[in-house]
Formats: sequence, structure tokens, C-alpha cells
Amino acid sequence: MAECHPVGFQWVMEAKARGATVIHVDPRFTRTSAVADIHVPLRAGTDIAFLGGLINYVLANGRYFHDYVVAYTNGPTLIGESFEDTEDLDGVFSGLDVEKRRYDPASWQYENAEMPSPAAEAPAAEGNAHQLSVATAGRGESHGSGGAQVPPEPERDETMTHPRCAFQIVKRHYSRYTPEMVEQVCGVPKDLFLKVAETITSSSGRERTTAFCYAVGWTQHTVGVQYVRAAALLQLLLGNIGRPGGGILALRGHSSIQGSTDIPTLYNLLPGYIPMPHANQDENLEKFVEATATAKGYWADMRSYVVSLLKAWWGPAATAENDFCFDYLPRLTGDHSTYATVTAQLDGTCKGYLIAGENPAVGSANAKMQRLGMANLDWLVVRDFSLIESATWWKDGPEIESGELETADIKTEVFFFPAAAHTEKNGSFTNTQRMLQWHHAAVEPAGQARSELWFYYHLGRLIRERLAGSTDEMDRPLLDLTWDYPTEGPLAEPDAGAVLAEINGWDSDKEPLSSYGQLEDDGSTACGCWIYCGVFADGVNQAARRKPGGEQSWVAPEWGWAWPANRRIIYNRASADPDGRPWSERKAYVWWDEKSARWTGHDVPDFPPSTSPRYRPPEGARGAEALSGIDPAVMQGDGKFWLYVPTGIQDGPLPTHYEPQDSPFPNLLYGIQRNPVRQLVSRRHNRYHPSPSAPGSEVFPYAVTTYRLTEHHTAGGMSRWQPYLAELQPEMFCEVSPELAEERGLEHLGWATIITARGVIEARVLVTERIPPLRFPGRTVHQIGLPYHWGPNGYTRGDAANELAAIALDPNVHIQEVKAFSADIRPGRRPRGPGRAALVEEYSRRAGITPDTGMEVTGGR
Amino acid sequence: MAADLAVDLAARLPSLLERTDPATASGWRDHPPRMGFFTDTTVCIGCKACEVACKEWNHVPEDGLELTGMSYDNTVGLGADSWRHVAFIEQPRRPARDPGTEATCAAASGVADAGIRWLMASDVCKHCTHAACLDVCPTGALFRTELGTVVVQEDVCNGCGYCVSACPYGVIDVRRGDGRAWKCTLCYDRISVGDEPACAKTCPTDSIQFGPLDELRERADRRLAQLHAAGVGDARLYGRDPDDGVGGDGAFFLLLDEPEVYGLPPDPVVTTRDLPEMWARAGVAAVALAGSVALSFLASTAGRQR
Repeated sequence: MAECHPVGFQWVMEAKARGATVIHVDPRFTRTSAVADIHVPLRAGTDIAFLGGLINYVLANGRYFHDYVVAYTNGPTLIGESFEDTEDLDGVFSGLDVEKRRYDPASWQYENAEMPSPAAEAPAAEGNAHQLSVATAGRGESHGSGGAQVPPEPERDETMTHPRCAFQIVKRHYSRYTPEMVEQVCGVPKDLFLKVAETITSSSGRERTTAFCYAVGWTQHTVGVQYVRAAALLQLLLGNIGRPGGGILALRGHSSIQGSTDIPTLYNLLPGYIPMPHANQDENLEKFVEATATAKGYWADMRSYVVSLLKAWWGPAATAENDFCFDYLPRLTGDHSTYATVTAQLDGTCKGYLIAGENPAVGSANAKMQRLGMANLDWLVVRDFSLIESATWWKDGPEIESGELETADIKTEVFFFPAAAHTEKNGSFTNTQRMLQWHHAAVEPAGQARSELWFYYHLGRLIRERLAGSTDEMDRPLLDLTWDYPTEGPLAEPDAGAVLAEINGWDSDKEPLSSYGQLEDDGSTACGCWIYCGVFADGVNQAARRKPGGEQSWVAPEWGWAWPANRRIIYNRASADPDGRPWSERKAYVWWDEKSARWTGHDVPDFPPSTSPRYRPPEGARGAEALSGIDPAVMQGDGKFWLYVPTGIQDGPLPTHYEPQDSPFPNLLYGIQRNPVRQLVSRRHNRYHPSPSAPGSEVFPYAVTTYRLTEHHTAGGMSRWQPYLAELQPEMFCEVSPELAEERGLEHLGWATIITARGVIEARVLVTERIPPLRFPGRTVHQIGLPYHWGPNGYTRGDAANELAAIALDPNVHIQEVKAFSADIRPGRRPRGPGRAALVEEYSRRAGITPDTGMEVTGGR
Repeated sequence: MAADLAVDLAARLPSLLERTDPATASGWRDHPPRMGFFTDTTVCIGCKACEVACKEWNHVPEDGLELTGMSYDNTVGLGADSWRHVAFIEQPRRPARDPGTEATCAAASGVADAGIRWLMASDVCKHCTHAACLDVCPTGALFRTELGTVVVQEDVCNGCGYCVSACPYGVIDVRRGDGRAWKCTLCYDRISVGDEPACAKTCPTDSIQFGPLDELRERADRRLAQLHAAGVGDARLYGRDPDDGVGGDGAFFLLLDEPEVYGLPPDPVVTTRDLPEMWARAGVAAVALAGSVALSFLASTAGRQR
């Protein structure tokens, strides 16, 4: 966190100064480890084993927060009889379809829950020429968007002793994650593991809370979603959700990644986590709402959110008669995530590509596949500050150098647009706390550089001008858009405040709304993103508030604005006990005030304000009224936090340790090596390594992890061109231990060549004790650390680490596994010209790699 | 009479080791309190934002893309083009192969659980109480500000370089291709209008603290006591002591190891400390010489007269 989020890390340092214990879990010793109280080096790709060990420690030693777990989680909820766990099936859950590489989650449901999950009902996108195991049209990724379909009042055993209650299933599932097993799988000494376990458990409970922070070190795996789920499970057992000082904080790679999922740049979401309608199932508004609304909680008002969104986009054209233009929305037909798009480019079905704020030729897994995909397009638009590699690969990319591509043969027409920096435009950042902070333009952008808002607004304006007068029905969605933002200044910059006002929404008199509770489903309100409703309350840009922390309460509600409803901690009903009293005075946050018969406290209560803790809903109640006084999970269909996830996740109801796709290590926990439903794309230039027991696996004996450095930003577009940053980390390097250097003859500051079945790169060598070899019974595992910032362009240049990584994806969110894979390393520089590809081929031949290598669904140890 | 002159000359030079308020010593009257830096290296996370902010604000040029292999330190040291420098010191988890660094293995800081320790520290000009660079500057380009800091005026500096060899810390340096001497100004332009220096402003963990030196010294003493109470026996202040060889630093540090580990001199002495005595001795010698010349002259004249 100090390494990649130094500004946010100031708060960790402040907590430390106030007595907090800081634990850092990372394969390498980083700038974070340097100031942490405890550093835990573990083998890259084994965090679920580590977290599972903590879960087992908590359960085996009775260290869970009993009252919290019983009242607020689905621990007591009974699971259907047909569910079989990894304990029963040696590493897989019931419902696995080996042929289709997917689970049918029907058997994972609550007892007597007949409702199929969205994953079960969505038809598989069959017939893809490539081998992507696309189970659903991206619905797994949109889980949490719309309510998961579960019975509002499932059967529960409040004693949590029933063998089929979620708590007992969790307990059995993790019973094999012992400290000894953690030591063998993760390489974390037992004593160190127990020290961490003791520290975390003794810092949780009524009087104390523990927070987890993570970044892409957890997500970029073929089981990435389950890494985060494991942390959620642990935090729920410890009672650390919805309480001050608790939570799980996702540290974002860019300043507004949170904002880009809230008002999404994702293909399968609409603003405010409303799922994108599906082509086959969501024929009209009514069917869509029926499938996505819950009976209980705030997703029950789905229709109000959707209708208000449609009114914001299509204004007067959206009427009750035409379903508020619901048919104008695009429809999902399959997986259109970034890697599916790349394979579609290679297959020739994706013809155009618009890249903004990304540099896939450096920053995405298997950089060669990215470039070859772009070389197969009709047109490519790149918007960036600098001439990044994704804009120039056609004239100076690695394939031009090696002779694999000839500029003259590439038919892609490439357009480059210089982009304005955040200092040159107005707008908001939404951070991991869901807090919007407004920034003001300091200067006009130089030359032809323009903001994203300018680009998309004027692009839309020009398209609409071209289409004006068209009678083609296909053009109606564009022509009917409310596309009337005022512009200002010499560059005709659209007014970002006007966009925020539309996101906030207004009533039929155009008066700004102040809360999503005001949204109506009859078309009388418009709101561009229901969770942002209130950011422009009273016509004031609430995100621009900057009252210093010292001049207000410690929750600081007047600094910026946090969605929803300016709540700083969501699900904060859980900060009080079932009777509505704070769990402890020390950790008081919101509570039930008997006198006024309302919830009150330091923050905006995340609960119906006058629902007493003793309230129990009558049968047939809907929405907020269906929430009982002890249902803090106001967005869940059963009002409870989920230890066990019965629906919505593609790869199982409980996080389970699987090895990375390319791992030099066998899975010691189960008879199955990898996540059986991981997404794979085995094709030329994207082959996988042999399983650890298979012949040829010894060709790639080392574990690799990739990462960022403080001095650079992601794929380098914002930093490699800056002399003041370039001089601080002037060259691509790899980090190896003295032991590995000795084993492979690598010299400090010399050159090393690193090879996988996908590519080969060179890097200067830094020999350091900070990336220690991990010792396991009978073997030592060496790890290679690779920053991924460099590419062949810019003021500081180098090979891109992502030339080495495979496209191997998490089945829920299609994220790439670049935090753990295997490779070989040897001294010296890599070959130039055609020799580069020849070396990769030689390695692949030696390892016996075929299109089927590493494709096993089960087994593979 | 010549001997009297030499003694008088020595007396008229400022009695350097006695003066503790450099602004007063430099003739400022009714000046604001002396301002300085306290750099608490125990909370430094090595982000180098101080280096970048300093360069941005002061228009200090980039000075080369060289991978040094000295951990994550590619700046190497302070110089004309680096007015802040973050040192990175990796201390091994087992007895070092080089016996010279073995002493640093003692992991007592409380931040060394895995046995390895990675020290980071942002170095800067010390703005000495007795600043040798200022003493030797022949043009008056270097001067003591009313805030007690030491600043070079680039439009006065003639590039003689005397200050470079005078600095006991190796801070001030002549810029290649420019010829003049450059160093940290403690952001004189910012602090004279009540703002804080760029590096302190940007430091995310408050490792770099700016303020009246008296307050910083009190704060540092409290922090040191806190660390000692927490069992961090290695913690020590560097440049805090007004009785040290430079009369105490205007920019001082909290370190976790010997100063040498960070590349700092263990016992810096103002290089002009002995100047008055040298002047006095030179004066005595000159008088003696003049006396003997006079004597021989007188003697010879007397001889001739005889």
C-alpha cells in the first residue's frame, strides 16, 4: 500500500501512531513491509490458503464474534440437501459440468429455495470459435448489481449446530486449512502464521476492529473474486463489517476506478450497479425488473431506479407507453469483456477499438495478443497524454522489430487524440470509500489536448448532427438522447457540473433531488445514477465541499460526498447490537434512540430510519418494510451478510485454494490443481505451461509475480514520459534473491532473460534479500519480481513484463492472472530479430507444450 | 602593534561557537523565529515525492537516467540537481558477507519482523547554525536569511566553488554546464510568505516536518522518548544538538542507525571553526615575521651607522 498508494497510506501511518498493528502480507518485502509491524512473505498465488487458515483458526478456536454472526450473517441459514462441498468431492463443488467447464449452481441454494440463480438461467454462449468457457453473459460480474434471488426468510437454525447450516459447512470446508497446511502451501512458518492469527483475532470483537486493504495482488488471479470473498468471510466471522475501523478496502489502481464501476465503463453494467439487460431474457421493462428486483431490501425499488435512469437519458421521449425507452438500451449476448474483445479482434469479428486511459500493448496480459488483435482491426482510436505503445505498435512494436509484422501489411487505420490531464478539467474522483471529491481545472489543456467529457460530448453531437432527420428506427436511441449540456470557454468544454446535476437527478419541476428514496417508477423523476442521488442536493455540488477535518466531527461528513446518501460506512446498522445499542462505547457509530424512535449516531444510518430493532416484517412485506430490525444487509435478498454464497458466483459458494494456471507447485490441499471453471484461451501465442507433475514443467521452474513501483504508474503512460519520475526508476529490472542469482549465474546490475511459453523479455538484475526464497519441506521455491511499467516507448524504456503473462482469467470478472505464474530466467540479454520468437518456440518445444497443455478441468496435480 | 592588529582581527570575527541564533549573528534585528526541518525517518515510506516536489517547485533539472543498483536509490546523493535525496538501505536478514555491515544486523527497531530491515531517509541541506559555505563565500551570494536559513542567490554566485569544499556534509554543489552553486533554499520564496516548503507539503506521512526550530526540537525529543519507551533502542537524533560541531542543524533527523549507514558524517565540524585561531596564529606569525624583518632592518641600519 505504501508502494502503490503512498497518499492513502498516510492514514495507515496515522493509525499506527495511534497504536494500530500493521501487518503486511506480500511475496516481497516492499516499502509497506519496511514500516509494518509484521511482514509475512508468502508464495504468490496462495492467499486463499492463508486466509482459509485464518478462517479455520477463528472457527477452531471459537474466536468468532458469536452474537454478530448469528444475528447478521447467513451462518444459521440451512443449505439444501443436494449441496456437496469440496470436502466431499476432493476439491470441486456439486454441479460441475466438466464438458462445458462450468458449474450449475442449482444445488448450492438455500433449503427449499426453488429460485434459480441468474448464473443458472443464463444460457451459455455456445459456439464461440475460441475456447473461452463463457458460462454466462457476464452476469457473474454484475453480481451485487440487482438483488440476488434468494428467499427473503430462509430456514435458519439459530443455534448454528445443524449440519447443513452455512456455519457448519464453512467450518468443515476450512478444517483442513491448518497452520501446518498453511506452512506447506504458502511457505509461511507456523509461528509467524499464529502470530498473525492471534493479532487479528485479539484486535476484533466488541471493543476492537480490524480492517483489510487489498489491491490487484488479490484480484488478478484465476480465483481472484474468491480471494476477496475469503477476506469477506473472515471479516464477517470477526464482526468487522459495517463498523468503524473495520471493512475491506479495495485500493484502486487509478484515481477514479471506483467511479468507473459506479457509472460504469463495464460492458455488463448500467449506472448504479443495475445489470445490463440480457438479449434473451429481458424482453421488456417488466420482465427485467422482475428478474433483478428483490422482495426485501432496497433492490425492491429497482423499477424506480431504472425508470429514472431512462428518463435522465431520453427525457421526454421516455414515456410509460413506450416502456420509458427500455428497448433503446443495448442487450448482452455474451462475454464482451476486454480479453473476449481481443480474441474477437483476432477472429476478425471485432473491427474497431477505442482506447482511452489504457495501454493494453504494455498493461494487459499477453501484450503480443493485444498487438496482434489491434493489427487485425479496421480502425483504432487512442486517447492519451503521450504516444504510448498501443498507438505506435504498427511502426515500432516488438513484432515489427522481430519481423513478425510488416508495417505495410497492417490495414488498421490508427487515430491518436491527445488527452487533457485531470489538472486541465473539472470533474470528480470517486475513491475506495465511495467518496466523490471534485477537482477544478487549473489551466486550459495545451494544444489539441481535450478532456474525455469534451471528446465524448462533441463526438455525440457530431454523430447526432449526421443522423439528423433520419427516419431509421435504429437511430432513434441516439436522436432521442438528452444531449444538451451547456458548454463554456474557448474550447467549448461541456459543463461538468451540469453532468453531475443530471446524475443527481431532478423531479418533474426540474428541482434537484436529495435522496434515492424520492425516486419514482412512473417517470416523474429523472436520475442518471441512483446511488449518486443527493450529490447535487439543493442545487449545490456536494462533492466540492472541503471543510477541514478539524472543523467538523470525526466522521467528517462535510468533506466531499459519499454514496449512498453521504454515508461514510455502509451497512452501519451492524455497528449496533441486535437491540440497537452500540457493541461497545468505544466502537459506537450508529444506534437506535428509543426516545425519538429513530436511528441516530455519528454517520447517516444505513437502515430505514424508524424501523425499530424489534420490528419483524409481516408476511408479504416488500422492500424496506420487509427488512426486519436485525437485517443490516439492506441490499441482500435475505437481509443478511453471506458467509456462504448460494447464488451469483461462478466458481463455488466458498473460496477454495487452487493453484495458479501456471504454477511450479502442486495443490497440496486437494486432488485438483486449478480452479476447474477458470477461463482459458488456448491459441497460438497464448499457450499454458505443463502441470507441475507433467513432463516439461521443470522447464519453467520459478514463480513470478508482477507489480508496480511508487515511482511509476501502471503501464507507464503517465510516468515514463516524465523526466522527474523516469530518473527515479530509470530502467526495467527484475528482482531476485542472492540464492536464485547464484543458482542461475545472475549478476547484480547485469542482464537477465526471462522466458515463458508466451514471450521473452530482458531486464537488469537487482539481487536483493527483499524477495526471499521460500523453503518448503523438501524443496525451495524461488520467486522473480517484475515491475510491469515499461515498454519500448517513452523517456525511460524497457521490455514489458506482460509479454510473459498468459490470458488465463477469473470466471466471474474475466480478470487476468498476472500476479502469479511460472517462468525460467537466465543471464544475458534476449535475442534480437527473429531469434526472439525462436527462443520462445525452443522453450515450448522443450516443455512439450501443445494446445491441450494446462487445460485440465480436474486433476492436473 | 602588528600583533595587536591580529588579535583585534580575530576578536572582530564572529565567535562562531558561541552564537546560537544565526539570524541575529548575521545582523537581523526583530526577525521571525528560526525555521527548519525535522525529518523523522522512522515514518518515511521512500515514496520520493519530496524529491519530485522539490524539483518541480524549484525548477531543478532532471540529472540522468542511471540505474545504480543501490536498492531503490537512483538519486545517489545531494547535489546541484538533487536538493532532496531519499536514501534506501537494505539490511540483510543474516550475518552479512561484508563484516563491515554486520553491526547493522541488529534488528531492534520493531519494524524488522522478517529479519530484514529497509531504512529510508530523506536527506537535505542542514542549514547549519555555523554554515561554512556562507563563511567562505567571497561574493556574498550565500547569505543567512531572517528565518535563519542559508540561501544562495544565483544572480550573485560567481561559481568559485569555495562553498563546495567548505560544506562538511557534501551538500552544496556546482551545476555542470552552469557553473554556479546550487542547493536547498528551504523554499525561501514559499516560507517567507507563510507557506511550507514543497517537500514538507507533499510528504504523505509527515516524515518531513517544517516549523520553528524550537518547536521541532521539542517534538523530536518527545518522539524519541516515545520510541525508546517502545523499545526502539536504535532511535537517535542527528543534528539536534546545538553543541555539536556545526552548532546544531536547522534541518535535523531522527535515525534508526548510525549516521554513517545513511551516508551522513558522524561528527560534522564547521570547516571554518578554526579560522579565528588560524587568523590569530597567522597574525602572530606575520607580526613575528614583520618584527624580525624590522629587527634585521634596524640591525643592518644600526650596523651601517656603526
